[in-house]
Amino acid sequence: MTPRLVLTGITKIYPSVVANDGIDLAVLPGEVHAVLGENGAGKSTLMKIIYGAVKPDAGTIEWEGKQVTIGNPARARRLGIGMVFQHFSLFETLTVADNIALALEGDRAGPGLPERIRDVSAKYGLPLDPARYVHTMSVGERQRVEIVRCLLQDPRLLIMDEPTSVLTPQAVEKLFETLRRLAEEGCSILYISHKLDEIRALCHKATVLRAGKVTGTCDPRRESSSSLARMMIGGDLPHPAHRDTEAGADALVVRDLTLPADDPFGTSLAGINLTVRAGEVLGIAGVSGNGQKELMAALSGERTLPDADSVTILGVPAGRLNAAQRRSLGFAFVPEERLGRGAVPEMSLADNALLTAHRQGMTKRGFVRERAVREYASDTIREYGVKAGGPDAAARSLSGGNLQKYIVGREIRQKPRMMIAAQPTWGVDVGAAAQIRQALLDLRDSGVGVLVVSEELDELFEICDRLAVIAQGRLSDAKPVGETNAEEIGLLMAGSFIHAGAESHRAFSPAGVIAGN
Amino acid sequence: MDTAAQLVLLTLAAGTPLVFAALGELVTEKSGVLNLGVEGMMLVGAVVAFIVAANTKSPWLGVVAGIAAGAALSLVFALVTLTLQANQVASGLALSLFGVGLSAFVGLSYVSVVIDPIRPIAIAGLSDLPVLGKLLFAHNPLVYVSLVLFAAIQWFLFHTRAGLVLRAVGESPQSAHAIGYPVVRIRYAAVMFGGACAGLAGAYLSIVYNPSWVEGMTAGRGWIALALVVFATWKPWRVLAGAYLFGGVTLAQFQAQGLGVEIPAQYLSMLPYVATIVVLAIISRDAATIKLNAPASLGRPFHPDG
Amino acid sequence: MRILLEARREPSRLARWLSPIVATLAVLLIGFVLFTAMGKDPWQAMYTFFIDPIDERYKAAELLLKASPIMLCAIGLAVGYRANVWNIGAEGQLIMGAICGGGIALAFQDIETRWVLPLMLLAGMAGGMLWAAIPALLRTRFNANEILVSLMLVYVASLVLSLLVHGAWRDPEGFNFPQSKMFAEHALLPNLVPDTRLNVGFLIALAAVAAGWLFMRKSLPGFQMRVAGLAPAAANYAGISANRTVWMGMLIGGGCAGLAGIGEVAGPVGQLLPVISPGYGFAAIIVAFVGRLHPLGIFFASLLMSLLYLGGEAAQMKLALPSSVTGLFQGTLLLFLLAADVFIHYRLRIVRAPAAAARPA
Repeated sequence: MTPRLVLTGITKIYPSVVANDGIDLAVLPGEVHAVLGENGAGKSTLMKIIYGAVKPDAGTIEWEGKQVTIGNPARARRLGIGMVFQHFSLFETLTVADNIALALEGDRAGPGLPERIRDVSAKYGLPLDPARYVHTMSVGERQRVEIVRCLLQDPRLLIMDEPTSVLTPQAVEKLFETLRRLAEEGCSILYISHKLDEIRALCHKATVLRAGKVTGTCDPRRESSSSLARMMIGGDLPHPAHRDTEAGADALVVRDLTLPADDPFGTSLAGINLTVRAGEVLGIAGVSGNGQKELMAALSGERTLPDADSVTILGVPAGRLNAAQRRSLGFAFVPEERLGRGAVPEMSLADNALLTAHRQGMTKRGFVRERAVREYASDTIREYGVKAGGPDAAARSLSGGNLQKYIVGREIRQKPRMMIAAQPTWGVDVGAAAQIRQALLDLRDSGVGVLVVSEELDELFEICDRLAVIAQGRLSDAKPVGETNAEEIGLLMAGSFIHAGAESHRAFSPAGVIAGN
Repeated sequence: MDTAAQLVLLTLAAGTPLVFAALGELVTEKSGVLNLGVEGMMLVGAVVAFIVAANTKSPWLGVVAGIAAGAALSLVFALVTLTLQANQVASGLALSLFGVGLSAFVGLSYVSVVIDPIRPIAIAGLSDLPVLGKLLFAHNPLVYVSLVLFAAIQWFLFHTRAGLVLRAVGESPQSAHAIGYPVVRIRYAAVMFGGACAGLAGAYLSIVYNPSWVEGMTAGRGWIALALVVFATWKPWRVLAGAYLFGGVTLAQFQAQGLGVEIPAQYLSMLPYVATIVVLAIISRDAATIKLNAPASLGRPFHPDG
Repeated sequence: MRILLEARREPSRLARWLSPIVATLAVLLIGFVLFTAMGKDPWQAMYTFFIDPIDERYKAAELLLKASPIMLCAIGLAVGYRANVWNIGAEGQLIMGAICGGGIALAFQDIETRWVLPLMLLAGMAGGMLWAAIPALLRTRFNANEILVSLMLVYVASLVLSLLVHGAWRDPEGFNFPQSKMFAEHALLPNLVPDTRLNVGFLIALAAVAAGWLFMRKSLPGFQMRVAGLAPAAANYAGISANRTVWMGMLIGGGCAGLAGIGEVAGPVGQLLPVISPGYGFAAIIVAFVGRLHPLGIFFASLLMSLLYLGGEAAQMKLALPSSVTGLFQGTLLLFLLAADVFIHYRLRIVRAPAAAARPA
């Protein structure tokens, strides 16, 4: 059988890193081929090369037996390559039909498109309404638009880049059904992921990348998670050490938090109740786009609330306090965006220490004590094993994992009594992720209340004592981790705990406001 | 009735430069680029149009030259912001200051020159009809051009694929780039179209509205046009309405004198500027509407990776 | 062969300080070409424009005198620009400062006490701050773009001044010219260097630049404003109030501009006229950028801008060149600076071989 796609010696070098180093890859027709590797291994760059968005510095690409140059995405599409992006390439203020039309060429985009959208989407179990505006859709529904957009181009190779991070476990199953069906029809699928269980369940073949190089190919159905992990990171997946502790006094109490979204594309919060006690980790699971951002902003003080009692931090009504004031109560927060929110990208690590930790003896009568600032930064770098050029290194020069370690360290070293971490290991390499999770557990063991919001269920089950689910701006009751499982959580993530009569909490659905006055 | 028709004539005439400039900037902003250099481009368009009209004795040739001059200046802006990745706000300001300086310098020897302007049309029979004649058939040709431009832009933006692509680029250049559209080239085109319109607005001022050249003769209309685009929440028909509204306000200076009202001229001259401030405050207050209608990438630099 | 702009890993510090120099050289080059095109001897014109205005003690003092209001405005603006607060209305705030301070001077025309001058300066600062408070209020309460509001207010301020000198404050013995009475001796800034026009205003400007440096580089609020300008989400995360940033940015800019305004009318101008500033407020914007929003850079850039003004006047007198050449040079300087800035974040790479050639492994 002629392979559908063969990559030989693909290399791509950026000024600061070798993203791909002599990569060989072969995909057969009808094969579901995984590209496995941890964050930063070079998977995304490789996919961009196949899709024509990036040109390789060296190497060849063979498509169905003939050597080709894929100069741009349109050429890739014409060859029959479709890509479903991890961070969607959709236009929020346009309709589904318009979004799909933009990716189609010539008469394919003409009249009859809405009909074809309806047909194809229904056929593959991903029903879509062509007239809906994308900003009214949930993240899972948006992914459907991305996929249907590809399907309408009769793809022979479909690239899926980390597709399941935005899906509930049940939705993941559905997606797998769709993909298996496509593979049976002869379409090849390149499945990018770092989730070992999924790859073992779905894929026929796997190519493993580490630091830009191929470290092995195998049939994942015959491998175990640990053998795959060894190929992926050169060792076993680390597991954090747990200790049994008694939970203490309430560190954070949220009472009936209701907050209309201030952004027409956001989610309103409704009646959120939760309690985090000292010495315990409460986890909040949920598919992105269900109110996590808004909840974090309300808890961190980035958005202040009209009712001071809706958020109580260490016994103090804190609803009206801003982020700096909440910090002075003993509260710390690691946000989900590192660059631009947790740290100022252009500023040095020292300046970024001053950003939130200035109360740690870094100022005197309004003036900055530069030596104290540098000391704090250097100590943080050393204690948390941050690989950086020193306290003067710009925040954006650090890798994702190292910057995250620095931010986590900066917050923890302020000796908080209550800590919130949002997506603490997103985009972080395995080693740093393990370190961060351990740091959070150590914090818990020392009697601090910890709240973790994450989209990775495995992570939550690993480090949390209790687990709740956020869906459509509402929070489920928290359950001890030992009394629940992934399937139950999955159902909650889909909103099973919200009463049937409740209105959707999408803040704003201005149909017809845009695009055509 | 006749004075009412006269008033409509004058209002449309006064609002037309704003129509040109604001519609052009609207298209530019729809692609995600904020060009604050409208005032500078208008002045350069005005002076070049005047000079060419004076030297060739053809006002229409002057108009064409003004359009070209505006587009040329906007090309400089596009180069600096889209290719050289400079900050859009600073570059737009620089363009305005540069345009003010350049136009003053170039136009120095033309200050008291007189040209043959483009006169309002007069169709035998139709223009003389009572009321309707004045309302429909007695405008300056460029006023008609501005209405055609409005219709064309409205159709282009919302009923053609190219317009859809433009709006997509303004909404999310990263997504458009990921799909494979030439974002930078599209923005270049949008910026130059805006520049051409600004040049046309300037030419209108110096050849039709006030046939002369005076340093700084746009008197802030370029800035008002920028505010108009916000006021119109990026919808062309609202730009039209707003432009005529402001045209009416600028007329107030002259009308009040005619009506014998005893207010120092300065107060009346202040009206358009104060009105702009008030209107901006009112419309910007509704953050949700702005967020829904403003091109999401407006003013932000675009870096294609790889 | 292709020319590529390749992103640098770290912004180049060298380029950051080199580009104002490159921009200046570019302007000199343009000047050379321009003068030649206008039929003048280019070397003589360049000399007249750039050297002649400062070759004597009196003239050097003029340089510093003209630089003072520009420097003062620019440092105030720079503090705001660092925080992404785009005050474009310094010219209007300058006029308002002149009006408020001048009003005090006229009120105390016949009352001679040493408190008049300090009162005038305070009133001038207050006037500028008041005028800047309008865009600050509209931005924090209504989300209105401060660029457009502050700019519209320039036109309004100019008209207010015109109203006053044509009407209520017109000198009855002024032959009906639109001007106020000349300020009394006790209402004028004391002289700094004898036999020149240089006054205390220069010291005020220097003090402001030093204060600006201290604030931005060494104080916590200054640091917080810089954060607000670089990453507003990070500022919010750190609990830095966005509203406070806008108010501080606008009021500091307005206060400095107001001070510059009263400095002008209580200095070289000596009274209120329909036009009291040849666009210092706008020149200050250019100076702020060319000076890299940095106090030292602003100091030197103000001198350069002042030279451009003096050069224009000299060229007009001695070479019959239009003074609008100054405005042209100013605008060109900023454009070239922004263009040259590309090298801070990018470097040029010339690719000779065909792209993506296959290399053996």
